[in-house]
Amino acid sequence: MTSELNRMTIAEARDGLARRDFSAIELTRACLEQIKLVDPKINAFITVCAHEALEQAAAADRRLAAGDAPALCGIPLAIKDIYATRGVRTTCASKMLENFVPPFDATVIARLREAGAVFIGKANMDEFAMGSSTENSAFGATRNPHNVERVPGGSSGGSAAAVAADECLGALGTDTGGSIRLPAAFCGVAGIKPTYSRVSRYGVIAYASSLDQVGPFAKTVRDAAILLRTLAGHDPHDSTCSARPVPDYEAALTGDVRGMRIGVPKEYFGAGMEPQVETAIRAALASYERLGATLVEISLPHTEYAIAAYYIVATAEASANLARYDGIRYGLRVEADNTGELYNRTRAAGFGAEVKRRIMLGAFVLSAGYYDAYYLKGQKVRTLIRGDFDRAFARCDVIATPVAPTTAFKIGEKMADPLQMYLSDIFTISVNLAGLPGLSIPCGFDSDGLPIGLQLIGAPFAEETILRAGDAFERTGAITRRAAIL
Amino acid sequence: MSDNAYEAIIGLEVHTHLMTRSKLFCGCSAGFGAGPNENVCPVCMGMPGVLPVLNRHAVELAIRAGLAAHCEIAPESIFDRKSYFYPDLPKGYQISQYELPLCKGGYIELPAHSEGAEPRRIRLTRIHMEEDAGKNIHESGASLVDFNRSGVPLVEIVSEPDIRSADEAGAYLRELRSILRYIEASDGKMEEGGLRCDVNVSVRKRGAAEFGVKTEIKNLNSFRFVEKAIEHEVARQIDILEAGGRIAQETHLWDPVREVTRPMRSKEFANDYRYFPEPDLPPLRVPPDLVEAIKTAMPELPADQRARFVRELGLTAYEAAVLTQDRDLGAYFETMLAAGLKNHRTAANWVMTEVLRVVNEAARPLADAAPLAIESGELLKLVETGAISLNAAKTAFAAMCKSGKGADATVAELGLAQVSDEGAIAAACDQVIAAEAAKVAEYRGGRDKLFGFFVGQVMKAMGGKGNPKVVNEILKRKLSG
Repeated sequence: MTSELNRMTIAEARDGLARRDFSAIELTRACLEQIKLVDPKINAFITVCAHEALEQAAAADRRLAAGDAPALCGIPLAIKDIYATRGVRTTCASKMLENFVPPFDATVIARLREAGAVFIGKANMDEFAMGSSTENSAFGATRNPHNVERVPGGSSGGSAAAVAADECLGALGTDTGGSIRLPAAFCGVAGIKPTYSRVSRYGVIAYASSLDQVGPFAKTVRDAAILLRTLAGHDPHDSTCSARPVPDYEAALTGDVRGMRIGVPKEYFGAGMEPQVETAIRAALASYERLGATLVEISLPHTEYAIAAYYIVATAEASANLARYDGIRYGLRVEADNTGELYNRTRAAGFGAEVKRRIMLGAFVLSAGYYDAYYLKGQKVRTLIRGDFDRAFARCDVIATPVAPTTAFKIGEKMADPLQMYLSDIFTISVNLAGLPGLSIPCGFDSDGLPIGLQLIGAPFAEETILRAGDAFERTGAITRRAAIL
Repeated sequence: MSDNAYEAIIGLEVHTHLMTRSKLFCGCSAGFGAGPNENVCPVCMGMPGVLPVLNRHAVELAIRAGLAAHCEIAPESIFDRKSYFYPDLPKGYQISQYELPLCKGGYIELPAHSEGAEPRRIRLTRIHMEEDAGKNIHESGASLVDFNRSGVPLVEIVSEPDIRSADEAGAYLRELRSILRYIEASDGKMEEGGLRCDVNVSVRKRGAAEFGVKTEIKNLNSFRFVEKAIEHEVARQIDILEAGGRIAQETHLWDPVREVTRPMRSKEFANDYRYFPEPDLPPLRVPPDLVEAIKTAMPELPADQRARFVRELGLTAYEAAVLTQDRDLGAYFETMLAAGLKNHRTAANWVMTEVLRVVNEAARPLADAAPLAIESGELLKLVETGAISLNAAKTAFAAMCKSGKGADATVAELGLAQVSDEGAIAAACDQVIAAEAAKVAEYRGGRDKLFGFFVGQVMKAMGGKGNPKVVNEILKRKLSG
């Protein structure tokens, strides 16, 4: 029995802990044992925090015994290594921060601590969240638990893989262009990127500040709703964070989607999509019709410009955000005779190829004489894309699309061709540019047994609507969660 | 060839610290004088993942500065990132304002520099907010960085190229500093880095329509250096033009030891700052009622106080200008008048000579160096009523500066009260007349010049305390009688 605890959902574990069927220590041990067993094969973690996790679990047990259990008391979570965790090294999967131990907690980390969560470890990712496959990590690639020859998606691939492999009950990721939704789809778990500003970014190592957003991975939509409720809400440390009250997302999961208008954008079903992906998405849409929802064809005409706009805006912001890694105050330093050379050597040695590529691209689009042609135009495209969604949401409540045109690709397959890699995010990037919430849920498997993801996009702050839609689909039981093939 | 054939075109960029308790984007103390890296936190150290939160008080002070300089306050302004690598710049970019600053336009009116001269208006381009960087320290072969100053709020006040001489630049800076101190936006202490100045200088033939090529001079941290650097740079540029040369558009550094400017190596300054809007801060929206509230609470500005001193107190423009150079000085003067002084100009001159002297000699702030203003007023009141002489007042003042005692107590202690009692003075006069019979005869014979001698003798007899006016009257009467 105890050995199976790590396979539970958060909702199940919460009830079991409350009934004292098992202890938080037992639950945490089960996860740590699973990590010992499977992580050598998938490399989902950069740092496993066994000692700290067991201490947190012991504290959770004391609170459970005292009848003072907060929302996530004793629930073991994996934390993407992009979150500042006080006293625990936070690398962002970069050599630059290989030994960086933050003196402070990110706001969401502090909230999870308060909610009694147990941090089982720091999850692998693409360096500085730049990538779609979790191959760009200074600590080695993460592998897909469904097939270790395949990528888990990125950049939050470690978090998604850890959830899929039952190494934890839920996880934190971040999503700048699809970095939660793509790995959720590739690994067959639920992942939500909330509305921009819904969750504080304080202490989340910045990649592209106007696009980055915090979100959870979970085994079910309900678990994602439970986690999101703790994460969301105003933070005085983040001036871009919304002060809107946080609803009880779990209460929104009524299972009822009758009358819900589901928009299907024609631009998202075209060339480049694997037929098995389209089949699975069409089948999911048919399920919604059976549940009483109606399908509406919509158009998002500026979709084709999204990737170009994204790689201008995101890299511009990244070029400034990553300027602080200079070897002066913390992180890697490669000594030199003068300061300029120290910067050059430190940054040459500390950053990986993809990070360098994006810094150079960003510096270029911001440089004198090019700003209007690139950065300003990128921002204009962003406004147009937002307008597309505004018009669409006048006609529908949720937009349903595939998460990606393909299932998980092979390790190494796209590393030599960055543009092919960038196209993995073609269906997810617009959502970031428009600041909207997007949920990824498993909706089928291809003939190789690789998961296929359905993306449900909502209007700003309509997380309840997309979670309700996702949960309703999950309840049909069409997709039973397949244990990862480990 | 005289330099007079040329005119200088000068614009100033002044950076000044705003007097907030905490830094611009975090809660750290903005105070001066802490040990190295004591006033720092993850935010102002540029740790990974941190975010800025704008200090409301800093915005209010910047608006106050804008209103004092007659600027238009933008209902919406934005912060931008200015990127460059330097060890004292923790994030690799400075949060500043570029395209949409908080304050636009406006002007600074310079007080008339001499009687009868017209006041000059120097137009402003803008005032924007930004954060300061830390400080590099090079010591015993090592380079160290102190981040206490990193994130301290600054405003940059940019003038139009309206300034025409080194003197005028000095006058502009003094007036600007005075305004900033009056409104308590900045203490304007250059020596603590609280006020720094970059200068743009070009020269052109008088009457020419086009501006010449300008150079920028950095590293100016005293008003005197600004004036000297401008003088040096203007002369240098004229020399080059006269020799048939061309001015290179470049940045110069002021070398305060050799008192020359020298061009910076091109590596010493970045030329592409890659500005873009700061995504971590929403646009700064200033509601009209906030501007109104700040306007209503605005203290009297130096120009207004100056005008009032001339209009209501009968001071000359020059006297008014000196007294309003510093808010404390103007306040000192007004407090003195509260003692009930009738002769405002005597009081003004007292402040300009006696008070300013002790302040300069002590090289300490007015409040430390001089007696309480109300005691200075009481002292002058004693002069006005004839209780003491002006000279005795000066003696008393010097003593008060040291002892900190009041006017009445000091005058009594030093026995400075003068004798105005006619009986006592008449007796002294009689005594002198009796003793100097020969000289009296000479005087009465027409040697008027001897009058001074008799006054001296009477004063001597009275131990110097006779009221000179009364002594004169009685002595004249008795000698002629």
